[in-house]
Amino acid sequence: MYRNHYDSDITTFSPSGRIHQIEYAMEAVKQGGAAVALKSKKFAILVSLKRSSSDLGSYQKKVFQVDDHVGIAISGLTADARMLCNYMRNECSNYDYVYESKIRIERLVTKVADKHQLHTQGYGGRPYGVGLLVAGYDQLGAHIYQTCPSGNFYNYKSISIGSRSQSAKTYLEKYFEQFEDCSLEQLIVHGLRALRETIPNSDTGLNSKNVAIGIVGENQPFKIIEEENAQPYLNLLENEEPVEMQI
Amino acid sequence: MDLKLSPFPTLEKQMPIEHGRFEAYVDNGGTVLAVGGPDYCVIAGDTRMSDGGYGIQTRKYTKIFQLTDKCVLATSGMQADTLALQKRLKTMLSHYQKEHGKPMSTPAIAQFLSNTLYYKRFFPYYTFNIVAGIDEKGEGCAWTYDAVGSHERVKYASQGSGNQLVIPLLDNQVAKFNQQIIAGGNVTSQQAVSFVKDAITSAGERDIYTGDYADIVVVDKDGVHWEKFELKLD
Amino acid sequence: MQQHVSFPVFGQNDYFNYKNPQTLENRMPVVDAKKKTQDPIVTGTSVIAIKYNGGVVMGTDMLCSYGSLARFNSIQRMEKFGSYTIIGAGGELSDFQSLSNTLNDLVTLDHCIDDGSKLSPSEIYNYVARVMYNHRNKGDPLWNSLVVMGYQNGSSFLGKVDLVGTCFKDDIVCTGYGAHIALPLMRKAALDNPNMNLEQAKKLIEDCLRVLFYRDARSSKKIQISVANENGLEISEPIELDTYMWQSGEAAVKSFSQV
Repeated sequence: MYRNHYDSDITTFSPSGRIHQIEYAMEAVKQGGAAVALKSKKFAILVSLKRSSSDLGSYQKKVFQVDDHVGIAISGLTADARMLCNYMRNECSNYDYVYESKIRIERLVTKVADKHQLHTQGYGGRPYGVGLLVAGYDQLGAHIYQTCPSGNFYNYKSISIGSRSQSAKTYLEKYFEQFEDCSLEQLIVHGLRALRETIPNSDTGLNSKNVAIGIVGENQPFKIIEEENAQPYLNLLENEEPVEMQI
Repeated sequence: MDLKLSPFPTLEKQMPIEHGRFEAYVDNGGTVLAVGGPDYCVIAGDTRMSDGGYGIQTRKYTKIFQLTDKCVLATSGMQADTLALQKRLKTMLSHYQKEHGKPMSTPAIAQFLSNTLYYKRFFPYYTFNIVAGIDEKGEGCAWTYDAVGSHERVKYASQGSGNQLVIPLLDNQVAKFNQQIIAGGNVTSQQAVSFVKDAITSAGERDIYTGDYADIVVVDKDGVHWEKFELKLD
Repeated sequence: MQQHVSFPVFGQNDYFNYKNPQTLENRMPVVDAKKKTQDPIVTGTSVIAIKYNGGVVMGTDMLCSYGSLARFNSIQRMEKFGSYTIIGAGGELSDFQSLSNTLNDLVTLDHCIDDGSKLSPSEIYNYVARVMYNHRNKGDPLWNSLVVMGYQNGSSFLGKVDLVGTCFKDDIVCTGYGAHIALPLMRKAALDNPNMNLEQAKKLIEDCLRVLFYRDARSSKKIQISVANENGLEISEPIELDTYMWQSGEAAVKSFSQV
């Protein structure tokens, strides 16, 4: 294992103006299973690839419901993600308690990003080693956000994170202009196809065990589709026509 | 023996005139009741909200709050405390749902409400509750509470300002106390609904804090069904 | 000798509290470290409001009394919060001003976040209800009756919150004396004319405020009427109610004797 100077301490800049610990945390995000997020006018969806540590074990949860109108997909340290998910759930229910309405997605993401940032400035701590894809629907429409361990967050039309996510991004960049008017079903198929790009050919590919889909949108509370419920969408994937039929 | 005549208030009884001292509790009145059946539960509550005296603040404030697909909470007492309690339960139940992946069962909610009320026993929620719905076996069930969390599982219950008027009716018609000939057979939910309507209408006859409209709620395996029912507006 | 009969005979009432002479402790009862509002000082009276076909109208007078003294004659008792909401207040003026500051901070924060979303009337209403309820829980109430009205995305909002946190939404909302005097008049008017237009609603509010001026000793005839509808929010300039000419002294006696 190689070591740089300025490695061990998150409160010290390297002479080149970088904070290595944060960059390593971003690296942890790239190690996790891939997750893809995309949106149409009325829906935002998350599609993710679950991993299991062994054939004997279960698959790690990748998609979490935060509230009725928002959910997250994660890549990186699952334990960190659970903490952040809890935090987001709390913020949502606090807002709901005070205002009897749903918190705007951007405000929620700002809060959770601020929490990330706080952990990049304290001595003796470490940044969160997880990236989040946040999909939500509020009065301003459907939203996709990505957060980083650094505390940065980005608003996207569609994006992917995690291992080999570049291939998914390439797919998304090719097709994202069509997403706007997609039906929910078409959107999911696009998501699955993007996710499929991230799987090495040698692997088994997408199946109902390793895929988790999160959907949210107009009159559609956040819902996780996995296991046998995901199979119909995987079947659609086999048959390539519906997506190509796009105007 | 000395006779103590005091046709007028004695000195010690004279209260100083107080102007608008802060009173933290208000009783907004109202009547709620619930009747559990073999596979359903009927809950009723009027929608009048009084101002603590003779005034009516609004005629359409519902006292019944849906907690899950199988459970509702019916509350009379102080509206502000009721709302705080409802919001609290709503938040906690949504947390439970997300953590456990299923809604809380009705008996668990009943115990949880008791804990919630007891936790605030030194500054109680001025609320009188009925938790009602169907349990894990699908049977109709109800719990009644006092303001600090004492509770009991019952077949039928009533709470609030019209409680005294409704409870003998329920004793007689639901529990069939002291009846010589007891009609056999199960009561259907339609029969229960019509009986519950009569019961709350009766409360509205004599109790000035009960009236305007009533929510009639039926909880069964298909979920929670709401109905509006007219009471007297006087 | 024991007193057996207690009639209210002069001299028997301890008017000057001789029997319970004030010690230092008596004079200064135990005061908590933090002083809390036990009663209101400068108060506004009724607020009345009604939904009409296409919006909401609210009216208040502009008087703030110091006990029975008509102390401030030109206080605006309604205020705008954000682009969709107006709150009218009765009760302690300073508490309302304090609440205004809190709400304005909230609206400013909304503006600063700059994501294009603003607090809706119902969000402000729920927030205010929580603030009022939390204060009563501390035994330190904000001594107000508040009427929240608004208009956003084609729907009207009208609700009321009081000092213990009681809150509800309705088509007609009145506080204070208005709840006794104006509310029945307004319910009748709404029943007779379910599809009231703006002019009729304004007229109704004005008439009710006039009746209140005649019967509520803590009211004045200088009023304001505010409207929330698709054109946004508007709080009127002060209006002098057209009322019976209250002549003083001799003139009044003369006019009575002529009746």
